[in-house]
Amino acid sequence: MKRPRVVPLLLPLASLGAGLAVLAVFFSVLGYDPVLALGAMVRGAFGSWYAFASGTLVRAIPLMLIALGFTVGLRAGVLNIGGEGQFYAGAVAAAWIGLKLGAWPGFAATTAVLAVAVVAGACWVAVPAWLRLRFGVLEVISTLLLNFVAEALVSYMVQGPLQESQHIYPQSDQLPLAARMPVFPGTRLHLGILLALSCSMIAWYVFRRTMTGFELRAVGRGPRAARVTGGLRVQRLGAMALLVSGALAGLAGGTEVSGVSYALYPNLSPGYGFTAIAVALLARQSPMGIVLSAILFGALEAGAGAMQRDAGVPAVAVYVAEAVTIIAVLLADALSSRRRDMVTA
Amino acid sequence: MTGAPILQLRDIHKRFGTVQALTGAGLIARAGEVHALLGENGAGKSTLMHVASGMVAPDTGEILIDGAPRRLRSPRDARAAGIGMVHQHFTSIPALTVAENIALFAGWAVRPRELAVRVTALAERLNLPLDPVARAGTLPVALLQRLEIVKALAADARVLLLDEPTGVLAPAEADELLARARAFAQSGGAVVLITHKLDEALRGADRVTVLRRGRVVLEQAVVGLGSRELTQAMLGDATLVDEPAPAAHASDDAPRRVHVAGLEVARESGLGMAVRQVSLGIRAGEIVAVAGIEGSGQRELLRAIAGVLPVFRGTREVTQPLAFVPEDRTTEGLIPELSVTENVVLGLGRPASWVKRGRLDWKAARQRTAEMLSEFEVRSAGPEAPAASLSGGNQQKLIIARALERAPAVIVAENPTRGLDVQATRAVHDRLRDAAGRGVAVLLYSSDLDEVMMLGQRIAVMARGTLSEAPAHASRAEIGALMLAGRAG
Repeated sequence: MKRPRVVPLLLPLASLGAGLAVLAVFFSVLGYDPVLALGAMVRGAFGSWYAFASGTLVRAIPLMLIALGFTVGLRAGVLNIGGEGQFYAGAVAAAWIGLKLGAWPGFAATTAVLAVAVVAGACWVAVPAWLRLRFGVLEVISTLLLNFVAEALVSYMVQGPLQESQHIYPQSDQLPLAARMPVFPGTRLHLGILLALSCSMIAWYVFRRTMTGFELRAVGRGPRAARVTGGLRVQRLGAMALLVSGALAGLAGGTEVSGVSYALYPNLSPGYGFTAIAVALLARQSPMGIVLSAILFGALEAGAGAMQRDAGVPAVAVYVAEAVTIIAVLLADALSSRRRDMVTA
Repeated sequence: MTGAPILQLRDIHKRFGTVQALTGAGLIARAGEVHALLGENGAGKSTLMHVASGMVAPDTGEILIDGAPRRLRSPRDARAAGIGMVHQHFTSIPALTVAENIALFAGWAVRPRELAVRVTALAERLNLPLDPVARAGTLPVALLQRLEIVKALAADARVLLLDEPTGVLAPAEADELLARARAFAQSGGAVVLITHKLDEALRGADRVTVLRRGRVVLEQAVVGLGSRELTQAMLGDATLVDEPAPAAHASDDAPRRVHVAGLEVARESGLGMAVRQVSLGIRAGEIVAVAGIEGSGQRELLRAIAGVLPVFRGTREVTQPLAFVPEDRTTEGLIPELSVTENVVLGLGRPASWVKRGRLDWKAARQRTAEMLSEFEVRSAGPEAPAASLSGGNQQKLIIARALERAPAVIVAENPTRGLDVQATRAVHDRLRDAAGRGVAVLLYSSDLDEVMMLGQRIAVMARGTLSEAPAHASRAEIGALMLAGRAG
């Protein structure tokens, strides 16, 4: 039973079309010119190489990494919706270590910064992982709640231990040059894009070609069969997936600090951790799909700024398109699985 | 004593997706009659009964109640029309009492005090005594089933549909159930007994309808019928009578593959012991079949030996590799959404030849899977087809093929042919016997006593967590007595 290869792409694109159509209707109802608004959005996201690289792709990097993490978890049957918190944990750790490494050579310092961010993200999710293993606490709840703790931690850090040296603003000092990732000439696009793309490729490879990837998938799809027939340690593999998931979100926080903001702020993330869930859902668990879907959402967010500037439409309106797109994807999935059930019943 | 037809199903057609489940099937249930509905798995028995009980709407066809056409849009409609269905799987809510379960099902909205009186009166009238205040979850299986029957009859049913009612019962309990069904018919009701056991149909019914591939192939009085005719009707021309077990041929000096002593295993719920002080040895080439009423500890015993459940106390020595064939094919044996190949990869794990240093060679796995499918005559759309698309029999053949692919020293199988038709059952039995012939130690349990007697070279009986070995050539009655040992009521 082979499905044609175009179908997996068709559905998300159709959903996106529906999302944008609803957005256009929304604009008309509110009295904005939909052509002008959407045109400004497209120009802002794709209008020039600079706009595409510095706007769309820069935003796509954290989305890609966190969405990959979410997908790794989902495939193994764990729902990590704490990407936002793990992102902040990574960002705090990256800023903290980055500020101390001014004397290191550039490559070593950035590597150390990113490595620490990865570890911090994994540690942040280690608590939910342990609670799940030991007491069966639902990771959906514990990862979500730790988001608030992470935000509070950032607030504390930028007003306490990591506050800039003049103690006026709630932010950290700027990272030394050694701890910053290089950018592509003439843009603000940093090397994190290569990291995110390689992570997608590795995830694709692991799930497609390795026994570990298959085992994670089996644990997610049929935990009882995985235990009884496959002899797998279901809980342990789930916890492992959760750690990887957190590590990727932590890495996203690290690249954001080391590649974009160069400092720690309270509102470093415009909700990347949550938008990334939408990115992952649109990509329907495919690592390569996540690359496209993250760029798309990056474009929506980048375009939203341009739209506000050029057409006077509030940028948050873009969330309407995002939400409609996701609902359309989920609905199509639910409908097609119901049809399958009826056939096999 | 036969009266007017109460329920008639005429020329029923029903299609599910690509599967034509019923092609002009029908059934007539007359007052005063016990009617057996026979057929292989997938013959359409359940679909026909679902039509009769209002759960499935037929594509075309007529349903007549007392000679008048009637549309049954829901189980509620069917109940109002006097049709009571007892499902194979119990539908009582364990946390509620007997009386509450009955009230819930029959839609009685009454005060608790009145309810107890009404339930007691009902059970007495039906001559099916039950304690109205006992919680359903505490009832033994036979009483749970009695509760199902009382529920079905509570709404004054005149037609009782019993779906494989004896599967979970001990032989004596099954006889009792058939007697109750007879009594209900004699009081003017009609009983439809769905079964795949020929002797039950011959013993318990007045008339029999045999379905094959969605059509009625035989409909006549039982008198003068024998199991040969029924088998022929069910199977068509294929004659498939399973060979009885050969005498134990495993020699006494064959190496011991399984050895447990003083084994204790906790219940899966964690409350109390399911297996108490069990000792058992199995040599290479032996088939040991375990009989027991459900819940007697056989499941836990086999799972502990297979290493799926932890041993609480005692010694367990099992030669590896061991292959485990779980009873629940679609939640434990297979992952239905995954492909056949993926399920083979799952079952063989990391030692498989297609795993090299953690890397998975899907092409090699697919190739080997395709070979296994043809060697074991598993009918499927190929190695890439989802396991869910296979029929139950082919799923089980796949599981057995996969188990043998490990070149096991020991096979542990739970109810290896539950829900399979005669041909698939035969295929599974042949594979298990072949394996034993090649020196595999086989341990299985079955809720079908015939299967135990057919397959087992040694027969052991679990009763209340203890194991006793039946003497060689023990009769059904002797084994049945052992199954009930130490059991109240």
